Amino acid sequence: MTTQAIVLLIVFLLSLLVLAYPLGTYLAQVGAPGTIRGLGGVAFFERVFYRLAGPKATADMNWKTYALSLLVFNAFGALFVYAIQRWQVWLPLNPQAFGNVAPDSAFNTAVSFVANTNWQGYAGETTMSYLTQMLALTCQNFFSAATGIAVVYALIRGFSSRGQSTAIGNFWVDITRSTLYVLLPLSILFAVILMAQGVIQNFSAYKEVALLDPVTYSQTQTNAKGEKVLDAQGEPVMEAITTTTQTLAMGPVASQEAIKMLGTNGGGFFNANSAHPFENPTPLSNLIEMLAIFLIPTALCFAFGRMVGDIRQGWAVLGAMTIIFVIMTLVVMGAEQQAHPGLQQLGVDQQASQLQSGGNMEGKETRFGISASALFAAVTTAASCGAVNAMHDSFMPLGGMVPLVLMQLGEVVFGGVGSGLYGMLVFAILAVFISGLMIGRTPEYLGKKIQAYEMKMTSIVILVTPTLVLLGTAIAVSVSAGTSSVANPGAHGFSEILYAFTSAANNNGSAFAGISANTPFYNTMLAIAMWFGRFAVIVPLLAIAGSLAGKIPAPVSAGTMPTHGGLFITMLIGVVLLVGVLNYVPALALGPIVEHLQLLVAP
Amino acid sequence: MSSENVSSENVSSENVLPEKMASKNLSLFDPTMVAPAIADAYKKLDPRVQLRNPVMFVVYVGSFLTSALFLHALLNEHWANAGFIFVISMALWFTVLFANFAESLAEGRSKAQAASLRVLKQNLFAKKLATPKHGSTWEPCPVADLRKGMVLLVEAGDVIPVDAEVIEGVASVDESAITGESAPVIRESGGDFSSVTGGTRVLSDWLVIRVSVNPGEAFIDRMISMVEGAKRQKTPNEIALTILLVALTIVFLVVTVTLLPMSLFAVEVAGSGEPVSITVLIALLVCLIPTTIGGLLSAIGVAGMSRMMQANVIATSGRAVEAAGDVDVLLLDKTGTITLGNRQAADFIPAPHVTEAQLADAAQLASLADETPEGRSIAVLAKQKFNIRAREMASLNASFVPFTAQTRMSGIDIGNRAVRKGAAETMKRFVESLGRPFPDEVSQVVQDIARRGGTPLVVVDDGTVMGTVELKDIVKGGIKERFAELRHMGIKTVMITGDNKLTAAAIAAEAGVDDFLAEATPEDKLKLIRHYQAGGRLVAMTGDGTNDAPALAQADVAVAMNSGTQAAKEAGNMVDLDSNPTKLLEIVEIGKQLLMTRGSLTTFSIANDIAKYFAIIPAAFVATYPQLKALDIMNLTSPTSAIMSAVIFNALIIVVLIPLALKGVKYRPLGAAILLRRNLLIYGLGGILVPFVGIKLIDLILTALNLV
Repeated sequence: MTTQAIVLLIVFLLSLLVLAYPLGTYLAQVGAPGTIRGLGGVAFFERVFYRLAGPKATADMNWKTYALSLLVFNAFGALFVYAIQRWQVWLPLNPQAFGNVAPDSAFNTAVSFVANTNWQGYAGETTMSYLTQMLALTCQNFFSAATGIAVVYALIRGFSSRGQSTAIGNFWVDITRSTLYVLLPLSILFAVILMAQGVIQNFSAYKEVALLDPVTYSQTQTNAKGEKVLDAQGEPVMEAITTTTQTLAMGPVASQEAIKMLGTNGGGFFNANSAHPFENPTPLSNLIEMLAIFLIPTALCFAFGRMVGDIRQGWAVLGAMTIIFVIMTLVVMGAEQQAHPGLQQLGVDQQASQLQSGGNMEGKETRFGISASALFAAVTTAASCGAVNAMHDSFMPLGGMVPLVLMQLGEVVFGGVGSGLYGMLVFAILAVFISGLMIGRTPEYLGKKIQAYEMKMTSIVILVTPTLVLLGTAIAVSVSAGTSSVANPGAHGFSEILYAFTSAANNNGSAFAGISANTPFYNTMLAIAMWFGRFAVIVPLLAIAGSLAGKIPAPVSAGTMPTHGGLFITMLIGVVLLVGVLNYVPALALGPIVEHLQLLVAP
Repeated sequence: MSSENVSSENVSSENVLPEKMASKNLSLFDPTMVAPAIADAYKKLDPRVQLRNPVMFVVYVGSFLTSALFLHALLNEHWANAGFIFVISMALWFTVLFANFAESLAEGRSKAQAASLRVLKQNLFAKKLATPKHGSTWEPCPVADLRKGMVLLVEAGDVIPVDAEVIEGVASVDESAITGESAPVIRESGGDFSSVTGGTRVLSDWLVIRVSVNPGEAFIDRMISMVEGAKRQKTPNEIALTILLVALTIVFLVVTVTLLPMSLFAVEVAGSGEPVSITVLIALLVCLIPTTIGGLLSAIGVAGMSRMMQANVIATSGRAVEAAGDVDVLLLDKTGTITLGNRQAADFIPAPHVTEAQLADAAQLASLADETPEGRSIAVLAKQKFNIRAREMASLNASFVPFTAQTRMSGIDIGNRAVRKGAAETMKRFVESLGRPFPDEVSQVVQDIARRGGTPLVVVDDGTVMGTVELKDIVKGGIKERFAELRHMGIKTVMITGDNKLTAAAIAAEAGVDDFLAEATPEDKLKLIRHYQAGGRLVAMTGDGTNDAPALAQADVAVAMNSGTQAAKEAGNMVDLDSNPTKLLEIVEIGKQLLMTRGSLTTFSIANDIAKYFAIIPAAFVATYPQLKALDIMNLTSPTSAIMSAVIFNALIIVVLIPLALKGVKYRPLGAAILLRRNLLIYGLGGILVPFVGIKLIDLILTALNLV
């Protein structure tokens, strides 16, 4: 690991703290009813929406109504995204005249964007019209992020309520306010900053530009029917091709890029995602994008502290997240900076120096180098963003395992917008439950007793994703439709499948790549994993919120276990690692661990 | 049997029980307990019993599966394989049996304790009348057999065995144990004074009474049925924990089931090795699911109630035992709990021109014939301070003037010299009627004492005001430290007293309670409990009188004194056989211990998984990927030995932890954070490390015995 990597990590974390702390205070105000001082103008719009929606639009809901509204809203969102993709050829803003998206791919993409996963089986610049990108995908980037914030607001209200009613707020109000007050203004700001760095924003048709140097490459010859031409030995005939021009994809990128990061969506405008120069042109834009990913998840921790009336609670949760994140980041940075044994045998110099970044540069952009790529990989998988600026598939085995593990922890280390915090709070409930018993009291978190009902719902939450990941992977490796998509042999092929299901069920959306996922089998299986990974967690979580809301908070005494100090943070980290990782140990052993051992320890 | 004989046996149970209880402290693996428990462990292999414990049921099914696999291997003459499967299968069966044994042992101990209580009750006899009138013949009847409607005779000196209705006779009854009122009350048939209460004592004459309720033995029956697995209801925290354990079991079931296709795929792509066998998968599953806590969970619950019984407390619901650990507020009666039962003389404050010794002398004279505890305490203080020895009434030629409702003072007359003591108001009227002055200084002292919470008694000798005796509540020794401990545990103590606010405040300060309720009526108590509960607190209280019943019913943990009324016992959820109100503190500790034991063993159980993974994962897949040998950090002899050792460890750890489950994790009154750190270190870190050592040891033994 290089000094530059350490400095980058420290600068990143400090900038994050400086930006997120005030935003947390603001988010707490957005989560509470009433007008925010200085924003009367926005409040006017807000009231207009409610007026249009009818007299009962802002009434408090119990958890069932809240969950139902949320499900209906997201189901309609999915239908809408599906419809636009299926009809895009007849709709405007399609300068490249892309055809309608295939049903299985459209279904996968619709679920993917609604579930805040943004797994992309398609390549954006060759599939989606500008209208689809903007109206279907970008809009869902906003709504899925707002849904996450709404759920975490509801859960926090469950903790902070005085026990007089089981209401947990109003879904429509929460989603309106988080979009109107938070996501929209921040996105506009970030879009402008990104444009200043060189991210494009236009409706032009794709540009054909002349190359500075012609490029010659060979490819298999095909006949008129598109079949490969074979020679006498049955080998394909190769022909040399020289190109002098390149097609550059255009589009309204900056506006989508901002919310893609802020909403931890991660669905790239282009297939290359944030490795593409038009999405992420400079090292500075790279830092800004990483900050944007963590900004709202971090700020929500502070908002949580403020909304429950004890900022230390927010610090504790953030502390646990940060410690896990730093450890994981150091591992991936170390793994990527180390020399690859294969290249070492060839006598290649892999030491970092003034002239080169050293380490494993395969699949990484030279403008980012090892540390910015490694940090980006940790950030994007710690948060459920899934944007990538390097090929995770090309990482060293341990470097690739870290993103995998970060996702398998349940996307609770910072995690998705809202979903990271609510996931972490479930782990906190679990930690409190076990430690509460250990000190001889019915466990309580923030004064609310954690009893059988909460444990039942918590159990469902912690059961859902491992079940989806492991069952999905098991099915995929058992059927030919699953195994035929794998390009890499051996344990790495297994890692790729495991990564795909881990990413989908945990709503991350990043791809290990190396596996052709745009097949009916993977499109369907992954869509199922994404939908249930998102909503089978949200519904029991809202049930917890409703149950907690109805409980009278117990006052703090010397017998109450403090949930802010170092001890609780340690306990929380322990529970996250133990419950999060134990389920995946055998699968990891058959994937990245054995790859690592094969490569480095006992080749 | 003569009547004397019976009445001497017919003593109140609280005098007998403590010695009897000592016999209940059986050693943990007492042979008389172990043998039936082993037999019972086999009986519990009934699938209907196993189904009640989902975690162990998975092991149970695994035992059958591996047994079938063993038979299959035998029939196909796979000898080497069969040996391995046999060991795994046996280890699984023993895991189930050990868990059954733990539960049986806990149940056996509780039943033995409960049975000793039942025997004890039967040793007490009541005088059952043949015909319901005085003078008819009576026969001894065990108290346990008393039923509603039976007619009994109680005579002077007898304890009334149960709540009853007087149908004939008049007698004075000492109800001090229940009401705190030391003066005897008259009970007679008809009218308002016809009901008598269990635990009270007849002082004079006799009564014929009709039993109005079935006796308190029902509590013991309820207790016994609670410790019997079939009828035992899971407590709220136990349910919550079981849900978590079931969830972990399901998740590990998914992990192991999906491992088979993953392993097949690995063999396919690696082109070497054998896919993982079903036996190894079952072994892995059983090692991963929380069998340690799952197997000991019900034993812990039963043992918790057992510990209550050891403390001479009979809980009528497991829920209450558990709630005891959560109590935030203790409501304690002042008298008997915080202070000694009676006020005692603490100081002599002489009037002007009188010495303290003169006052003490007069006060002692006035108290010579006074047999009340207050009167005796004056004599004691006089002796302590001025060595004034007791004098004989006869030698002084004195006559006793008892306290009456009219005079409201007491003392003695020596010839014409009248020595009196009494309340200030009374004495003032008394001296003024004699035309003598009542000094202002004395009035001042009287007011001061009253403000401090004491009781002033003014002593007059032959018309002269000698001064004031200060009577004070004496706070029990060590109680202040006890309350400080409780404060550490986060429990608030509230003193309940009928005294006025001044008095209450003074005693509260001296005893170190956090709060007090003065001039308390039953309604006030009820209101106070509701107030605390509305604030999210759990309230515990003790009570004995019928008027406590509503508050007892409202409190989350309500301990009725065995000496109390039937109504109180019915309203509470625990009965303290010793009738010792400080018992609440012990009850809280036992409740906490129960939860701590569960929590600690859960942590231990989950933490164990790390070592088991290190043993089993390399063993299961080393044939496919030889590089995985690097994960075998324990350096075990062979893959089969590794898997056997892990499964055997998993079974043996249950037996090793039985003593801990039955005795409970030791509770220390420390703050929550310190307690958590300590238990995390012992059971969390210990849970990670112990199995590494244990599995390695078993592996060494298996290797030494040439079993692998």
